[in-house]
Amino acid sequence: MAHAEGQQHPIGTYLKVWGLLFVLSTFSYLVDYFQIHGYMRWFLIVLFMMLKAGLIVSVFMHLQWERLVLRCVVLVPPLALLVLVAMMAFESDYVLLTRVLSLGS
Amino acid sequence: MAHQQTVEYAASHTADATVQGDGWQGIVEDLSADRKAFRDVPWGKAMMWLFLLSDTFVFGCFLTSYMSVRMSTTVAWPNPSEVFALTIGGAHIPLILIAIMTFILISSSGTMAMAVNFAYRRDRAKTAVLMLATAALGATFVSMQAFEWTKLISEGVRPWTNPFGAAQFGSTFFMITGFHGLHVTAGVIYLSIVALRVSRGVYDRKGNYQIVEIAGLYWHFVDLVWVFIFAFFYLW
Repeated sequence: MAHAEGQQHPIGTYLKVWGLLFVLSTFSYLVDYFQIHGYMRWFLIVLFMMLKAGLIVSVFMHLQWERLVLRCVVLVPPLALLVLVAMMAFESDYVLLTRVLSLGS
Repeated sequence: MAHQQTVEYAASHTADATVQGDGWQGIVEDLSADRKAFRDVPWGKAMMWLFLLSDTFVFGCFLTSYMSVRMSTTVAWPNPSEVFALTIGGAHIPLILIAIMTFILISSSGTMAMAVNFAYRRDRAKTAVLMLATAALGATFVSMQAFEWTKLISEGVRPWTNPFGAAQFGSTFFMITGFHGLHVTAGVIYLSIVALRVSRGVYDRKGNYQIVEIAGLYWHFVDLVWVFIFAFFYLW
C-alpha cells in the first residue's frame, strides 16, 4: 500500500545517504588535494563518482523502489553514450595524430 | 457455476500476478497487459523520467565533446586544480570554491529528499520550508558560479582563448557549467513555485502531493549532473 501514498521511507535512510554523499565528496576532493596522479587518480575519481551517482539515483530518486520496467527505461538507454564515448575516443586519437603529423607541434 | 469459478480463479490469479510480478516476467506483464505500461507510476512522474533521460543525452553529448577536444588538442590542458584555486586568508587552497559548491548542491538534494518525505506525510509547513531551503541553496550555488565566471573572465578566459593553455578549455567550461547553471536556475524557480503552492494548500485540496516528488526528481538530476561535471571537468 506504499504506492497509494507514493514513496514513503524512513527519514533516517535519507540522512544516512546524505552523510555518505558528503563523505564521498570529501574523498574525491582529497584526491585532488593530495595530488594523486596517473591511473590511481582516474580510478578513484570514477569510483567515487559512480558511488555518488548510484546513491542519488537509487535512494533520492527512489529508483530502487520502482518496478523493473521503469528502471530499465531509465538506465538502459544511457549505455548508448558509452558507444559514443568509445567512437569519439578513437576519432580524437586520430585527430591528435594528424595534428601532430601535419602541424608539426 | 463451474464457469463462474473459472472466471473468479482467473481474475484472482491475474490479480496475484499483477501484485507480485516483478523481474523479467514483470516487464512482460507490464508491457503486454493492454493498459498503461508504468504501473503505479503517475503519468507526470513517467514524463519527468523521460525528460530527464533526454537531458542525460544532452549532458552526455557535452561531456563527450569535452573529452574529444581535450584528447585531440596538441596544447597542454590548463590544470583545473590551479585555475579554480582561491587564496583565503593567505592560504592557497586548490579547487576550494568547487568543493564548497559541491557540498552546497548535495545539501540541497538532502533537503529536497526530506521535503518529498514530508509531502507524503501531508506536513504542509515542513514541506514548504524544506523546499524553500532547497531553492535557497540552489540560488547560493548559482551565485557562487557567477562569482567563479566573473573571476575567470577577469583573468582573461574566453570561449576562444585563455592564458592557461588549450583554447578549448574556455569553450567547454562556459558551455558545460553554463548549461548546468541554467538548469539550476530553472530548478530554483520551479521549486519556489511548487513550494508556494504547497504552503497555500493547493495540493491538500487536490489530495495529491505527487508534484513534490516530480519536482524533486528534477532537482536530484541537477545534482547528479554536477557529480559527473565535478569528476570529469574539475578533477580529471
